[in-house]
Amino acid sequence: MSETPALELKHISKSFGSVIANHDVSMSVRKGEILSVLGENGSGKTTLMNMIAGIYYPDEGQIFINGSEVVIRSPKDAYEHKIGMIHQHFKLVDVFTATENIVLGLRGNGRLDLKKAAESIQEISGKYGFEIDPNKKIYQMSVSEKQTVEIIKVLYRGADILILDEPTAVLTPQETQKLFSVLRRMRDDGKAIIIITHKLHEVLSLSDRVSVLRKGEHIATVLTSETSESQLTEMMVGKKISLNIERSEPADPVDRLIVKNINCLSRGGVKLLDDVSFTARSGEILGIAGIAGSGQRELLEAIAGLQHIDNGEITYIDPKTGKKENLRDKSPLQIREMGVRLSFVPEDRLGMGLVGNMDIVDNMLLRSYRRGKSIFLEKKQPRTLAEEIIKQLEVVTPGVSTPVRRLSGGNVQKVLVGREIASSPSVLMAAYPVRGLDINSSYLIYKLLNEQKENGVAVIFVGEDLDVLLELCDRIMVIGSGKITGIVDARSATKEEIGLLMTKTESEGGTMYA
Amino acid sequence: MLETLALVIQRAVVQGIPLLYGSTGEIITEKSGNLNLGIPGIMYVGGISGVIGAFFYERSTENPSSLLLVLIPLLASILGSGLMALIYSFLTITLRANQNVTGLTLTIFGTGFGNFFGGSMAQLFGEGGSIALTQTSLAFQTSFPFAEKLGSIGTIFFSYGFLAYLAVIIAFISAYVLKKTRVGLQLRAVGENPATADAAGVNVTRYKYAATIIGGAIAGLGGLYFVMDYTSGVWSNGGFGDRGWLAIALVIFALWKPNVSVIGSILFGGLYVIYLFIPDLARSTQELFKMLPYVVTIIVLIVVSMRKKREYQPPEHLGLSYFREER
Amino acid sequence: MRNHAANKREPLFHIVKRDALPLWKSILVRVIAILLALLVCAVVVVFITDLNPLEVYKSMFDGAFGSSRKIWTTMQNTAILLCISLAVTPAFKMRFWNIGAEGQVMVGCLGTAACMILIGDKVPAPLLMVIMVVVSIACGTLWGVLPAIFKAYWNTNESLFTLMMNYVAIQLVSFFCTVWENPKGSATIGMINMNSQAGWFPSLFGQKYLLNILIVLVLTIGMYIYLKYNKHGYEIAVVGESQNTARYVGMNVKKIIIRTMALSGAICGVAGLLLVAGTDHTLTTSSAGGMGFTAIMVSWLAKFNPLLMILTSFLIVFLERGAGEIATDFRLNESIADILTGIILFFIIGCEFFVNYQIIFTKKRKEADSDA
Repeated sequence: MSETPALELKHISKSFGSVIANHDVSMSVRKGEILSVLGENGSGKTTLMNMIAGIYYPDEGQIFINGSEVVIRSPKDAYEHKIGMIHQHFKLVDVFTATENIVLGLRGNGRLDLKKAAESIQEISGKYGFEIDPNKKIYQMSVSEKQTVEIIKVLYRGADILILDEPTAVLTPQETQKLFSVLRRMRDDGKAIIIITHKLHEVLSLSDRVSVLRKGEHIATVLTSETSESQLTEMMVGKKISLNIERSEPADPVDRLIVKNINCLSRGGVKLLDDVSFTARSGEILGIAGIAGSGQRELLEAIAGLQHIDNGEITYIDPKTGKKENLRDKSPLQIREMGVRLSFVPEDRLGMGLVGNMDIVDNMLLRSYRRGKSIFLEKKQPRTLAEEIIKQLEVVTPGVSTPVRRLSGGNVQKVLVGREIASSPSVLMAAYPVRGLDINSSYLIYKLLNEQKENGVAVIFVGEDLDVLLELCDRIMVIGSGKITGIVDARSATKEEIGLLMTKTESEGGTMYA
Repeated sequence: MLETLALVIQRAVVQGIPLLYGSTGEIITEKSGNLNLGIPGIMYVGGISGVIGAFFYERSTENPSSLLLVLIPLLASILGSGLMALIYSFLTITLRANQNVTGLTLTIFGTGFGNFFGGSMAQLFGEGGSIALTQTSLAFQTSFPFAEKLGSIGTIFFSYGFLAYLAVIIAFISAYVLKKTRVGLQLRAVGENPATADAAGVNVTRYKYAATIIGGAIAGLGGLYFVMDYTSGVWSNGGFGDRGWLAIALVIFALWKPNVSVIGSILFGGLYVIYLFIPDLARSTQELFKMLPYVVTIIVLIVVSMRKKREYQPPEHLGLSYFREER
Repeated sequence: MRNHAANKREPLFHIVKRDALPLWKSILVRVIAILLALLVCAVVVVFITDLNPLEVYKSMFDGAFGSSRKIWTTMQNTAILLCISLAVTPAFKMRFWNIGAEGQVMVGCLGTAACMILIGDKVPAPLLMVIMVVVSIACGTLWGVLPAIFKAYWNTNESLFTLMMNYVAIQLVSFFCTVWENPKGSATIGMINMNSQAGWFPSLFGQKYLLNILIVLVLTIGMYIYLKYNKHGYEIAVVGESQNTARYVGMNVKKIIIRTMALSGAICGVAGLLLVAGTDHTLTTSSAGGMGFTAIMVSWLAKFNPLLMILTSFLIVFLERGAGEIATDFRLNESIADILTGIILFFIIGCEFFVNYQIIFTKKRKEADSDA
């Protein structure tokens, strides 16, 4: 095709310290086209797009817009080239109103005419069907409202090249469909659109072409009409894999943790957990599925004693004595002192589960430092444990005294999971334990979880990949907007069934695109 | 009675003006996310730079023009405190140094600079004794000629030198700029969330530099007012006292709003001198009264943090340096 | 020449974070910074005094080590500054910006002076000493704990709170200086218990400062062990790195914040004790003399390592005393010390950048590429 692409990347490379995020990536997008950038978590999609948006600067390579080379030093440069990016983590100022956020960074009269700006925002909203209060402050908004502000912000600037980073992660199916129709309308309008995603069905239903990234490298770009789900998967993961996670039958499951009618309100009065009840049994993996941010984190943190609940009960049944313990309103320390062996692999590994600037030994100490009567730290045992974990889980690290933040994502997770398992728990909770991990590490984690299950541990697994949930878990509980929408048998349930449950309450409350 | 009240208010205003300059400067600086604890030092330098400028001008001519008598110290002061703020900016913005440490060093340096030159300039440049810049001071102290005729009203509103009015004007202009203009919006965004401002195309570095330097220059005028107007052109080492820290206190008291700062400065000034107007106070009790502005500030700080109202909190990114490629 | 047009618009350099600099290199960077700073200082001094800079530095050295009395004073000043630096360190490690050491020391001084004045002649010397220790520590602790409680429960900004507390303390001292003034009308206290010397630290081996120095030495080693090997020290480090992690493993973050600030305040109280009972035997509003602020620099320069702080506090004291000597020798105002200290600190603060970040020049890389 002779047409010059709206945007073209040539041989882009970028590394952070010793970590290579992108290596020699070339791709292009034309006007009036939707290009999907597909890749697993950690494949370098976001880093690549951030270089187009001026957040990062490439180490090597060139960027062309409409055929001429440009240098994008800052987001300002990106805007000048009519590039607009909608980030996964919203870039909004919390104490500003929607209007203030939207006009931020624009040139114009010295005096701000917020009224006029609000009018044109309403105009854009009307045109595409958004519903928004321009004078509402961001900190009072829901996640989907914030995304609306982000999208309008880019439209307001009349961007010709739009980049959307995982835009559907927080949306209901209806909202997603609405967004897609907006995007199609923009494509027909002649805009070039790049959408980052790892959801295959979205790729197939929306885009014209797909570029696949794997481990920071560009694998291939194909026409959507000429590809299939299995071909894309193959390119994404390298070789065709059926998940084939081994799953044993639960051995005489008994109730271990009973959660009854717990409720939890956010500071703003939003229901984070809405009358949640379920039972986790020993020797069983209970999966939790749901759109990101539906209350999974609050649920696990409530059980771990990190989140205050407004009412309800959390009961733990001791495997040896059968004694019932009420965990509600107990601090993590109190829970531990009651003899409840609860392990928790949180979603935020370096921000919560581990201390990034400390070495592996000191991170082992987190769980065990209180042991013993001495006022001094006992480091021998943690050191042995660290060495064992490194050996058994094949952690790639220069040594036990390397700060964990310098390890790669998979190795960080091995350290964390290794430590949590080492305390021989009777309940093990893991939130997104394979997020951002390569295939091998992921399988290692599945194997570890299965081992725990076979040892009679009640495992609670919060996941995002439905295929994994269906193959790994025994039962799957679906959560939507803080409410349990169903608990299904993982052996007989279908993806569609779970997908439906995930969006059940969301669809009632979805008012974003009226 | 009315006359006493007018006198109290006048004294309060005179005490408040240096604080108003300092706090307006610091508010502008903090809005960009820079917690500049070097403000006390900057105010010292602002004062002494004016003194140096005036000193040389007064020595150089027999018949100084009153315009130059004002203009030279004014420009010298702005230059001196602007340079100080530039040092802070370079270290914290470009070199991303710790803001607390840099600010405190700046204060050590600035007070040292002020006291050194204030104490030894006359000696260094061949004149003994202390410096008294009578002519310059007279130019700075010129107030409205009709003030005396208006009685109490005149005392309260028209009895000050021009720098006092300038302080109020600058404070109101700053409030307007911060609230109503594009520049103000972008500056606030830089202090709240620099990554967002950056992504929106705001040049974070430029805004931080500009706000810190302009803020520093404004704060420095507080020092200039103090030495030229308040102490009538006589520099005494350490005379400026803790006013720099009080200015930082005022920022908190005013909830980062320069227009509130205007009232706050008069209140603080009043608290600072109130002991003079309470009859039969023991000398020791007077010292306790001087504690008031700080105690009031602590109470405001506590109340605001307890109420947790988002609009009243310090800029979210205050005290942190920004590095775009951080991850 | 394909890249020519692009090169012109490309940024000259960009900055990236370093992984870690080898130790010798990071030391080299700092040594270069100090040398540059000394050079700038020399230029400044020459500009002001027209003197040979070498002579000036010689006079600085004399100021700090010129006689055995001067050496003792230098060591004594180092000890006090070190003591306050030790005090602020655990709080800083916890990322609690305690800028209130000045005030915490002042109330420590006040407590000590109060004991000496009010009960100095009424109780036996050993008991008096015990009471002084308890009272000074209690005063410092109170001043430190107050902001910590509000920080822990309401997240009240601690740098601003502690900063304000300094001046409340100073005014409080000012108040008592007038209450206890001696002679009447002077608003100063003068030497306390001049004749009885009640509450004065005894001389050890004929050296009046030796006891101070030994106490601080013990504190230094104690603090080093506390931070590195003690369970509390570990908790402080975790809270400083990530409060989320601390909560996740069941640490009581509120308790740790309050406990650590209590310790911080308590050691400041001890510094106050050393200042009044062991050094000055009087109380003025400038008893702490700005050391509460300088201590922040000392602690930060030493990367919160108590053993390194011996070095950094000595460096600062050496500068101040040296510059003071220049002032006397060349009949200059002694504030020159602050100017020189400021300049040297600016350089040391600035050089951290080159330890933590790396500047990559675009052009150089391109050329290197085309060569390859």
